Amino acid sequence: MSGDKTGDKILGVDRLTMRFGGIVAVQDLSFAAERTKITALIGPNGAGKTTVFNCITGFYKPTGGTIRLTHDDGRVIALERLNDFRIAKQAKVARTFQNIRLFPGMTALENLMVAQHNALMRASGFTLLGLVGAPVYRDAEKHAIDLATDWLRRVNLLDRADDAAGNLAYGDQRRLEIARAMCTEPALLCLDEPAAGLNARESAALSELLLSIRNDGTSILLIEHDMSVVMEISDHIVVMDHGVKIAQGTPREVRDDPKVIAAYLGTDEEEAAAVMEGGT
Amino acid sequence: MDYFAQQLINGLVLGSIYGLIAIGYTMVYGIVGMINFAHGDVFMIGGFIALITFLILVSLGLTAIPVILLVVLLVSMAITALYGWTIERIAYRPLRHSFRLAPMLSAIGMSFVLTNYSQVAQGARVKPIPPFITGGYTLHESTDGFVIQLSNIQIMVVLTTIVLLAIFTWLVSRTRLGRDMRACEQDQTMAALLGVNVDRTISMTFVIGAALAAVAGLMYLLYYGLVDFFMGFVAGIKAFTAAVLGGIGSLPGAMLGGLAIGLIETFWSAYFSVEYKDVAAFSILIVVLIFMPTGLLGRPEVEKV
Amino acid sequence: MTAPSTNTAKPATGIPALFKTAFINALVALVLFSLMVGIRTEAGSDGQLTYWTRFGELASLVGIVFGGSIVMELLRQWIGPTGTEKLVPPAIRSGMSFVGRYLAPALLIFTLLVPVIFYNQRYILDLAILVLTYVMLGWGLNVVVGLAGLLDLGYVAFYAVGAYSYALLATNFGWSFWVCLPLAGILAAFWGVLLGFPVLRLRGDYLAIVTLAFGEIIRLVIINWQSLTGGPNGVSGIPRPTFFGIPLDNSDDGLAAKLGIEYSSTHRIIFLFYLILALALLTNWVTIRLRRLPIGRAWEALREDEVACRALGINTTTTKLTAFATGAMFGGFAGAFFATRQGFISPESFTFQESALVLAIVVLGGMGSQLGVALAALAMIGGFELFRGLEGYRMLVFGMAMVLIMIWRPRGLIGHRAPTVYLTKAQAISSDLVKEGHG
Repeated sequence: MSGDKTGDKILGVDRLTMRFGGIVAVQDLSFAAERTKITALIGPNGAGKTTVFNCITGFYKPTGGTIRLTHDDGRVIALERLNDFRIAKQAKVARTFQNIRLFPGMTALENLMVAQHNALMRASGFTLLGLVGAPVYRDAEKHAIDLATDWLRRVNLLDRADDAAGNLAYGDQRRLEIARAMCTEPALLCLDEPAAGLNARESAALSELLLSIRNDGTSILLIEHDMSVVMEISDHIVVMDHGVKIAQGTPREVRDDPKVIAAYLGTDEEEAAAVMEGGT
Repeated sequence: MDYFAQQLINGLVLGSIYGLIAIGYTMVYGIVGMINFAHGDVFMIGGFIALITFLILVSLGLTAIPVILLVVLLVSMAITALYGWTIERIAYRPLRHSFRLAPMLSAIGMSFVLTNYSQVAQGARVKPIPPFITGGYTLHESTDGFVIQLSNIQIMVVLTTIVLLAIFTWLVSRTRLGRDMRACEQDQTMAALLGVNVDRTISMTFVIGAALAAVAGLMYLLYYGLVDFFMGFVAGIKAFTAAVLGGIGSLPGAMLGGLAIGLIETFWSAYFSVEYKDVAAFSILIVVLIFMPTGLLGRPEVEKV
Repeated sequence: MTAPSTNTAKPATGIPALFKTAFINALVALVLFSLMVGIRTEAGSDGQLTYWTRFGELASLVGIVFGGSIVMELLRQWIGPTGTEKLVPPAIRSGMSFVGRYLAPALLIFTLLVPVIFYNQRYILDLAILVLTYVMLGWGLNVVVGLAGLLDLGYVAFYAVGAYSYALLATNFGWSFWVCLPLAGILAAFWGVLLGFPVLRLRGDYLAIVTLAFGEIIRLVIINWQSLTGGPNGVSGIPRPTFFGIPLDNSDDGLAAKLGIEYSSTHRIIFLFYLILALALLTNWVTIRLRRLPIGRAWEALREDEVACRALGINTTTTKLTAFATGAMFGGFAGAFFATRQGFISPESFTFQESALVLAIVVLGGMGSQLGVALAALAMIGGFELFRGLEGYRMLVFGMAMVLIMIWRPRGLIGHRAPTVYLTKAQAISSDLVKEGHG
């Protein structure tokens, strides 16, 4: 959308530290995510990636450090000072979960309608206008359904719109969760292992979807284990191990970094290199 | 000061009884994750069985108090334990993997059944017994004539509670059954895979809980000298309050919560108003939960995202 | 019913095994009932406790258990271990959903006609009013438990607040029912918010016990605050409702006189009937409406997954509070109606049993289903009424019915959820997918 804005920082994490009792999960982590780019956060299991996500999206209160989100209009929001739902509502940061968290007993369409809660609440005059069936609200609801339909089409679930989310196949649920996050119209989309459990074909479709989301102007922060996806779509990669950043750079730079290879697979460089090559 | 000391004694005695009932709640909650609403009524049944056994023994001409007490204790524990077992078998086991509210409703239904069963079977009127264990010690007599009394029955209640707790702690921490119980508490599926008989372990939990409730019933009968069909409800709610206050699922917590509720109730009655003693107990529960949402000794619930 | 049941898988076949099971059950029954039934105690006139034996009753009870277990075991072998699901073939089930579509309108039309059909049957009209009161309470609690998934064991508190609000405002200040009705609802909602604000961050059973405690606190305060509430004696002489200012009595100003028809006390009953029907339908209409609004969807989403709700920017605290307040408000309306209908209220009407009864109606109805709740209220209150003659046995039977119904249908009568919005076709969602909430 705004080509001139590319290159500036949307998310700045500075010296982020998170302790649980005596355990340090994240230590002095600093990195930035650029606007309308895909930034990937990778690292071995237990590196602290999900903890970083939980700090950014307000599920944990960081022990130290700052997290700054800069909006298109130059507004800067201190995420570490906002709590849970306000991050999605005011800072416009949406997220998905490692273990899918849809509303299983609601239809795919309803899931996307819930995502537009705040906009619809305002339109329904905090329920009162909606209760009396005011035209303002009816228009807003129609608009919401249109937006949801668009997203269902984009994630290829239009024909499943009226099925319960819990009845969808695993890969479909993953995509529905992304669509639901997008229905909040976020500035930054945080995805926690979106390719986990997907087969090769589904992974490829996912890469395509994420690229199209980025090209439409939403910045993406991604945790992912599937290197084929990470290497293919990321513009920038941050590598973590044991709670600290060990490397960052473009996919190519990271792939060749011996520290990264060591972190992933001890010191057997050849084997590690093969993994880092991924499916490419 | 003397008045305070006297109330402290009374509160501890009452708290012991609540604690014994609370253990049954907390055990069941720990292992099957449900509020056994019928547990208060199991306590009431225990009281009734103790009363009836006592009556029979006395009418048979038995006079040796220790013998009577021992027989009453054993009979009421055994029969009440069977009640606990049967309740689990009928009302809870078919619902074990069901949706969470179903066992709760079933338990509420079971509580109505037990309350009204005992009303129908034994009548609605209060059943008093003559003071059975009498005497006591005067601990201190102040100049204005106020005496601190420690009655024999109070000593007995506290001693019995301590002994039972010791046995119980040993049971949970040292025996095979206790290990099985703790395993089921962590993960029933895994426990079953490792050869723990989950059904039997859960049954035993109910049996032990009911047996402890029966002891509480007997203590209540001896201490207050009466039982009635409705006493299970209020005692049950308070004991459950105690279990939650202590941190549900935690055994020491149940005892601690029981003592806390007993003391709160007694002191409130002594210094403020008898009428509002239950209000005080419940209000303190609410306040504690607001500031310590998992009770005094409960494990904090970590939110997994 | 999908869960693996461990208890029914008994390889009991053949007559000896059958008798063995029955014998064991009878033995257990013998021990259970030996003292409680076999011996009857009673306090004599001098306070001395006496007892007598009832071995005849004991023997017959044990016999019933013995026979009953044989019958049960035979039935179980007949039906097979698959449980009730298989009992209903798909053809009949789709037929049932067809009936379901027309059941609600048919039921509504019938209800509207009840005063016409049973014009002079006071008993039936009274019962119908009672059933409708519980339908309304069920619908009110359904918002909290069924939609938002918050377990409220003290719903009766709001019913009490509504009843006492009307009773006290009307007897002390002479305010009319139509002024007090909204006030009763508002006050109950206010109390709902007051309770909800601190406790709604508690989860699951902690919330359950706190709501229960709150219900008890309200009842105890009513009992003990004698100067205001009259204590255990209650409030009497609560004004009857008027037809928007026109009294329904035998006076010259009464409605009958104004309409020029002969006065009959049935008029007031019929008026009360339509009043509670209107209140109940209002509850239903508002609830159905709210479900299709963002707030209602947020309630259901909260029941499904609270964490996901927060990630979508939904303020879970206010969402829970609105559910709590809405439910409480309907409870308050029902309470005001109860007070004006009875003309007398006392704390006895607001015990935990009432909360449990309303909760049972909601769960039995199938959480979240409006029609299910109405049917459950009819079945429960109607069934309860059938056993009126049995006095002491009534609650006993009621308790047993609760246990059996839960075992039979843990998900309630209507076990599916209707979507609130659809693109092409509204499909019912199986209750196996619908969550029940954590709070």
